[in-house]
Amino acid sequence: MNDLSSAAAQALRLVAGADPKLFDIVLLSLRVSLTAVVLSCLVGLPLGATIAVSRFPGRQPVVVVLNALMGLPPVVVGLAVYLLLSRAGPLGALGLLFTPTAMVIAQAILITPIIAALSRQVVEDAWIEYREQLRSLGEKRLGAATTLLWDLRFSLVTIVLAGFGRAAAEVGAVIIVGGNIDGVTRVMTTAIALETSKGDLPLALGLGIVLLTIVLALNAAAYVVKETAQRRYG
Amino acid sequence: MKDGPVHGPRSLLPLRLDAVTFAVAGRRIVDNVSLLLDAGVRTVIVGPNGAGKSVLLRLCHGLLQPTSGRIAWSMPELPGEARRQAMVFQRPVLLRRSALANLTHALAVARVPRAERDARAREALRKVGLEPLAGHPARVLSGGEQQRVALARAWALHPEVLFLDEPTANLDPGATHEIERVIAAMHASGTKIVMVTHNLGQAKRMGDEILFLHQGRALERAPTAQFFKRPASPEAAQFLEGELPW
Repeated sequence: MNDLSSAAAQALRLVAGADPKLFDIVLLSLRVSLTAVVLSCLVGLPLGATIAVSRFPGRQPVVVVLNALMGLPPVVVGLAVYLLLSRAGPLGALGLLFTPTAMVIAQAILITPIIAALSRQVVEDAWIEYREQLRSLGEKRLGAATTLLWDLRFSLVTIVLAGFGRAAAEVGAVIIVGGNIDGVTRVMTTAIALETSKGDLPLALGLGIVLLTIVLALNAAAYVVKETAQRRYG
Repeated sequence: MKDGPVHGPRSLLPLRLDAVTFAVAGRRIVDNVSLLLDAGVRTVIVGPNGAGKSVLLRLCHGLLQPTSGRIAWSMPELPGEARRQAMVFQRPVLLRRSALANLTHALAVARVPRAERDARAREALRKVGLEPLAGHPARVLSGGEQQRVALARAWALHPEVLFLDEPTANLDPGATHEIERVIAAMHASGTKIVMVTHNLGQAKRMGDEILFLHQGRALERAPTAQFFKRPASPEAAQFLEGELPW
């Protein structure tokens, strides 16, 4: 108990004093996960919306697989990206293994299905309401998908955040492809895992507090945006 | 600025329906309907629930494909060309943008040059009396105002033909009156009106001719006064007796 309270006190001092080591780790975490989210949105949102407004043979299996991919285990994604990027792998020549870029790739692969599958659901629900009107105006499928994405932008914020939360909180993929190298690829989750096993509880706990605060703050902000927008735009 | 549709050698009308049938799971919702809709007169479609009125309208507008039979415009719209017909639904579907942006979006889809969109949209909003609300988010307007935005969106497109599917079914008398005024003004500017209504008073006010549907079949078509005074079919007579004309 004493250990815990002293560790917590030390952790708070680290956070409050913006400890440079802690600060660097937090910054890298945000850089990696936010980049991954942006990439995933560029692919996942158009993909989800297009599937939502399209009818093609084999659509149902595609939707089922997409939904299933939301549950991709991070370590498996990490392993697959590791094999791709390792010296002997097909993309080994790029020399990306154990770099932040590799971590971005792994996280993007992990959360693209989440963003695609959830946006597919949201857009498809709206499509039922909008379909006749948009077709009456002469919108083609891709135009309709774009119109719907923009019209549902406030609901999609929540989905994007779910993706960010998953990326920022996962440890399995980034530790495999990043290697948890101090000052290079060490992010909040891998640092917490390492420091805990090393017994440096204050740093681990401090990082845990920062991670929770970031996720909480982002979700609170998204909630406020969504509520305000809903009142304003209906 | 010319606000009416462009008639002439490339006119859509007349619209010819040839033995059009629309069936779902063997049930004929529209049953062997043949008719010719031409420019000018306002055609109002009436009939009991389930007569196939809304489905017939959607078939004409191209939202549904007939199971059999043929629907042909005089000069069909070409693929990739802006639509020259519009439809207003019972429940308006507006986008989460301002009223004005709802109109400019429709104009963008119709490939109206960007420079013209704003002026055309404002003009249409002015004609439905909503210019002061142009900047308001469309979805938080009242039901009547939303339907007027939907009408303005249709009007901004300068359609040759406007289909209306019970546009005032959810509105109070004041809002209904406003909608009817706008439809009359669109008619006056040269747009062919084809409207489905449940409200026989509205049918009398708005229709030059009545098309009576019953169990998917077009049983009768007559000038409005004649239809209400001397319906030719026993089904229509029974329908008029059963409905309270208010």
